[in-house]
Amino acid sequence: MSSIQSIQSDVRDFVADNFLFGEDPESLNNDDSFLETGIIDSTGVLELVAFIEDKYSVEVDDDELVPENLDSIDRLINFIESKLKELA
Amino acid sequence: MCGIAGIIQSDRQPVSQAELQAMIETLNHRGPDASGIAPLGPVGFAHSRLSIVDLAGGLQPMQSEDGMLTLTFNGEIYNHIELRALLSSKGYQFRTHSDTEVILHMYAEYGPECVQQFNGQWAFAIHDKRQQQVFLSRDRMGIRPLVYTQTPGRFIFASEVKALFSLPDVERKVDLTALNQLFTFWSPLPPRTFFEGVFELPPAHSMIVKNGQLKIWQYWNLDYSPNEENRTLDDWADELRALLIDATQLRLRADVPVGAYLSGGLDSSVTAAIIRNFTNAPLNTFSVNFNDKEYDESQFQQEMIRELGTDHQTVCCSYEDIGRIFPQVIQHTEKPVLRTAPAPMYLLSRLVKENQFKVVMTGEGADEVLGGYDIFKETKIRRFWSRQPESKIRPLLLKRLYPYMKNLQAQSPAYLKAFFKIREDEINSPFFSHLPRWDLTSKLKTFFSDDVKQELVNQDPLADFSDQLPERFSKWPSFCQAQYLESVNLMPGYILSSQGDRMAMGNSIEGRFPFLDYRVVEFASRIPVRYKMNGLNEKFLLKYAMRDLIPESIRKRPKQPYRAPDAHSFIDTDKQKARFEYVEQLLSPEKLKDNGLFQPKAVQRLVKKIEQGRAIGTRDNMALVGVLSTQLLVEQMIQGQPVSAENKRTESAALQT
Repeated sequence: MSSIQSIQSDVRDFVADNFLFGEDPESLNNDDSFLETGIIDSTGVLELVAFIEDKYSVEVDDDELVPENLDSIDRLINFIESKLKELA
Repeated sequence: MCGIAGIIQSDRQPVSQAELQAMIETLNHRGPDASGIAPLGPVGFAHSRLSIVDLAGGLQPMQSEDGMLTLTFNGEIYNHIELRALLSSKGYQFRTHSDTEVILHMYAEYGPECVQQFNGQWAFAIHDKRQQQVFLSRDRMGIRPLVYTQTPGRFIFASEVKALFSLPDVERKVDLTALNQLFTFWSPLPPRTFFEGVFELPPAHSMIVKNGQLKIWQYWNLDYSPNEENRTLDDWADELRALLIDATQLRLRADVPVGAYLSGGLDSSVTAAIIRNFTNAPLNTFSVNFNDKEYDESQFQQEMIRELGTDHQTVCCSYEDIGRIFPQVIQHTEKPVLRTAPAPMYLLSRLVKENQFKVVMTGEGADEVLGGYDIFKETKIRRFWSRQPESKIRPLLLKRLYPYMKNLQAQSPAYLKAFFKIREDEINSPFFSHLPRWDLTSKLKTFFSDDVKQELVNQDPLADFSDQLPERFSKWPSFCQAQYLESVNLMPGYILSSQGDRMAMGNSIEGRFPFLDYRVVEFASRIPVRYKMNGLNEKFLLKYAMRDLIPESIRKRPKQPYRAPDAHSFIDTDKQKARFEYVEQLLSPEKLKDNGLFQPKAVQRLVKKIEQGRAIGTRDNMALVGVLSTQLLVEQMIQGQPVSAENKRTESAALQT
């Protein structure tokens, strides 16, 4: 089972490599909204979901595709954790 | 169609023939049939000709009989026969049958205001010996290009920037403000070009160069004020139909055969159907297909071909084809592009040329003029939604809007609402319609290097554009504001240039645009908005006016914007590497660092993402094409290094076929 620390660094790396490009990854706080900071577009949401499903071997349901689950590093970590708990 | 160039020495030194020759040679693709130069002391003109009207008599530069006026002209004046009759009645004698001579006499009679009477597409310069001045003009919609620059000793103009750069005293530098504007609007705001110190004469503008001074003015403008409300639908439809038929007939005035593009969409179907039904011209049509079925429209093309019984040719595009031709494409666009869509147009014009045609009709302009683009629908929906911001139903209309966008279709209502959320400050912005597109495009600036970001930190491209809006803009309906922005910005800056003139002329092909006849444009600006967009039915009046000529399946099909594969054309996701060596080189950290415009690390992240097949969105695709095309321009036009896809690394190309 992945620890919170490793989930956090996986998620941060993924966001840095796939959405931040030229921005300094340090500038993104764990509670910054992806929507409000504009770093994610409609495709980005699907990329996030693909990442979670591949990396953690979980399935994300359609009704889980909501900003409450996916819109910041913190929310992602919580969401991934809860999905992993379901599996456990 | 042709290429033009000229030099005006403000120091009164005679113009060098060798320099005129050097300039015009760079424009050979625009006019391979003949070329001429006219050194006139401190003024010199050059011309490369593609013979279309009066094959024997239209040689240029052309001089009036008294030697007082000399003209170099690129384009067509379609109503030259009517103007010739007018001039004859005033006693003018003609030596040729060309429209070129008509321009000379029209200027002699009416002076610079003569362009008001021209129906056509043009960029020209007239040396007026008596007035000791040069008069330059460009057509209303910006179909034909005209760029210029000034050095301490002279004024230099040409059809394309490469002709200016053939002279040693013209500096080659990137204009960072233009780069910033391009990565916002897809094109720099005129008169700026991608190159510092090089300007374009904006569409619908004329200019006089005298004693080293420039006087520039707008001779025509778009106006949506008199939206007439008191006419019936049939009345509007009849006039539109009559105008379009006449505009098409006028554009078949050529001494060579005229072909037509057929995309499978409504607009080119209309032009082709008019040629078939209202002229005696033979109908040869041309279209582009894609291996990647996501972009392919051949099913609809076939339907129109059957309907019209045309003699039809197609060119099929693979990813490799686009990537391979791209360096040449950028050499012609002379500005970065954010989509590869010009590349297939270049392959299409090559097909037309191989079939011995010099002229094609296209449906370009219909979306801007008659209200076809998705951005107009999106604006309408967002306005509708903004009146009930809490509505959960209204944003769902946006899904209906983009049936071909899989990523959008997969969104939950909550995210859909979040993405299209309308900010309070947007509602009253003059750019309400375009803010989502410009915001998305501006995201690409994250790839700029720190130096460039620093340089641009105080710039505001939207404020620059705002300064250019006419005063009456705020009085127009929201829909017409969106039409205006599209017609003065993306249309001349990208559609008619990077994707239009440059791609056609790259293969010596002239495009003709019935929907951009100024009478059609002026008429359309008066059509009530509800007849342009009826509910969410785009180009409603056009469909209604042409309903007996266009099959229902074409009229009722969902609109599909013309697009081509982007990142896939350069990077092979199966092999996880670039398809061509030039791509690898130009995107290498060393090259990016040398040119200083983009951050190597950011580009590397992007390339890796694409290689691994994870870049599925518009933003990533636009970023790759934008960075690569900018790098190509710097390499080819600023450093003067030729770039070709044929260099070594052919193994992947060979495997593909």
